[in-house]
Amino acid sequence: MTDAVIVWLLNLAQVALMVFTAPLITGIVRKLKARLQNRRGSSVLQPYRDLMKLFSKEVLLAENASWIFRSAPYIIFTATVLAVSVVPVILVNLPSSLIADVIAMAALLALARFWLALAGMDIGTGFGGMGASREMTFSAMAEPAMLMSVFVISLGAHSTNLSTMVEYALHLQHLLPSVAFALIAFLMVAVVENGRIPIDNPSTHLEVTMIHEAMILEYSGRHLALIEWASQIKLVLFITLISSLFFPWGMAESVAILPIISALTFWFGKIVFIIILLVIMETLLAKIRIFEVPDYLLTAYVLAFLGMLVHYILEVGV
Amino acid sequence: MMLESMLQETISVAAALMLLISFALLAQHRMLAVLHWFAAQGIVLALTTFLVAVLSDQKELYISAILTLLLKGALLPWLLWRIIRRMHVHREVETTVNLPVSMLIALGIVILSFYVAIPIERMSHNVTHNTLAIATATVFIGMLMMITRQKAITQVVGFLSIENALFFTAIGATQGMPMIVELGVAFDVLIAAIIFGLFFTHMRTTFESLDLNVIQEKIKR
Repeated sequence: MTDAVIVWLLNLAQVALMVFTAPLITGIVRKLKARLQNRRGSSVLQPYRDLMKLFSKEVLLAENASWIFRSAPYIIFTATVLAVSVVPVILVNLPSSLIADVIAMAALLALARFWLALAGMDIGTGFGGMGASREMTFSAMAEPAMLMSVFVISLGAHSTNLSTMVEYALHLQHLLPSVAFALIAFLMVAVVENGRIPIDNPSTHLEVTMIHEAMILEYSGRHLALIEWASQIKLVLFITLISSLFFPWGMAESVAILPIISALTFWFGKIVFIIILLVIMETLLAKIRIFEVPDYLLTAYVLAFLGMLVHYILEVGV
Repeated sequence: MMLESMLQETISVAAALMLLISFALLAQHRMLAVLHWFAAQGIVLALTTFLVAVLSDQKELYISAILTLLLKGALLPWLLWRIIRRMHVHREVETTVNLPVSMLIALGIVILSFYVAIPIERMSHNVTHNTLAIATATVFIGMLMMITRQKAITQVVGFLSIENALFFTAIGATQGMPMIVELGVAFDVLIAAIIFGLFFTHMRTTFESLDLNVIQEKIKR
């Protein structure tokens, strides 16, 4: 009985860790990026300050905003937090990641995106509708690629449950080429899902090709804070998913103090490493033309599919 | 035993890399990038040959690894690049089928060649597991590249990648051919590349273009 309580408490702590470190991680990304561009950059705590400021500000609503516009930030935030709770971060086999699998996680993220698109169209401005249409077009191609790349691992693990998959990845003995394919595909999709640089620029509000920012232009106050926070959480979610699925080293498998602490440091180290790669990529690359995004996503899909084929051809055999 | 399983693993990783590179070759928009990936294919091939040589302890494979590296990793891409620069070829890859569709066709090819390779593997004992399927797929993808590209140069890259795939099949399936055969093939390829270069100059002087559509138009007239 008490064991179950402790496990649930740990689970809640894990979710809280993800939710509350998300702004910090965005702060680190911005800081590193500024340093690479020879700027000093704002403090890594700046995103927290921004969120505090937005939460304390009054909400300004457009005249024709309906309940959809008002409820969307809460739904987006909740769905993202629920999606985060599915991902194993520190411990495997936690109850919330056993309840739902990767398909449920993708569905929760899709729900958040659906509401974001609805809210973008609700006000009826040109930018909102344009952003929504782009977001939906690209996500229709990004989601299959993301699921396919994750399924490459679930083929080996015989499960779509993230916890089982991570455990399988933890005990892998060999270098599996199919996993490498899946990793490349997943990285490509993660860039699209989070609107990072070759696809979308997260730090601009005034660009004709913006996607994410176009939908939230009308938001203010705590609504904007929740949406920004949700997208920060989403970034952490994807980085953690990459580190847990493809580089699961150091994750704790039992409930004990020492493994948990070491898993925590491993998690942070891996995240910082992935962030550094992300920042270097964002500094080196220019944004691609918006009409080339479908090609890019198809490449990701083809890679994921190849991963599956390679799994059957090279690793299973018939 | 240990060495044997390491050999298997190296070959299967290399097979996956070969497949990845042949898809990358297919997906490129720019001529220079195509040549880069072609060079990468040569380097992977040389590396595989080298590792197979170390793991299976065959001395002559070292020579063929070095030969592959120099010829396919450096000389051939450089020759092709020189041709592109000298003849002022348009540096974008032009295709008859658009790139996403040709990638999807290539996926179909992989499935097909996997299906085709199953009976062959059942019949023979020493074919290393399923690399044959991937090698066949890379051969077919090279052919697809020859069919769907409009420029003579990209078609030649397709042809040379077929040759790379065949070489890989030899390394992966039987751990190397006799030295004489290998040397012969290597020089054949080199000479083929030089002859292609001559062809290009001739095509250019007679038709003033390396684009096959233009050439066809001119022949009709």
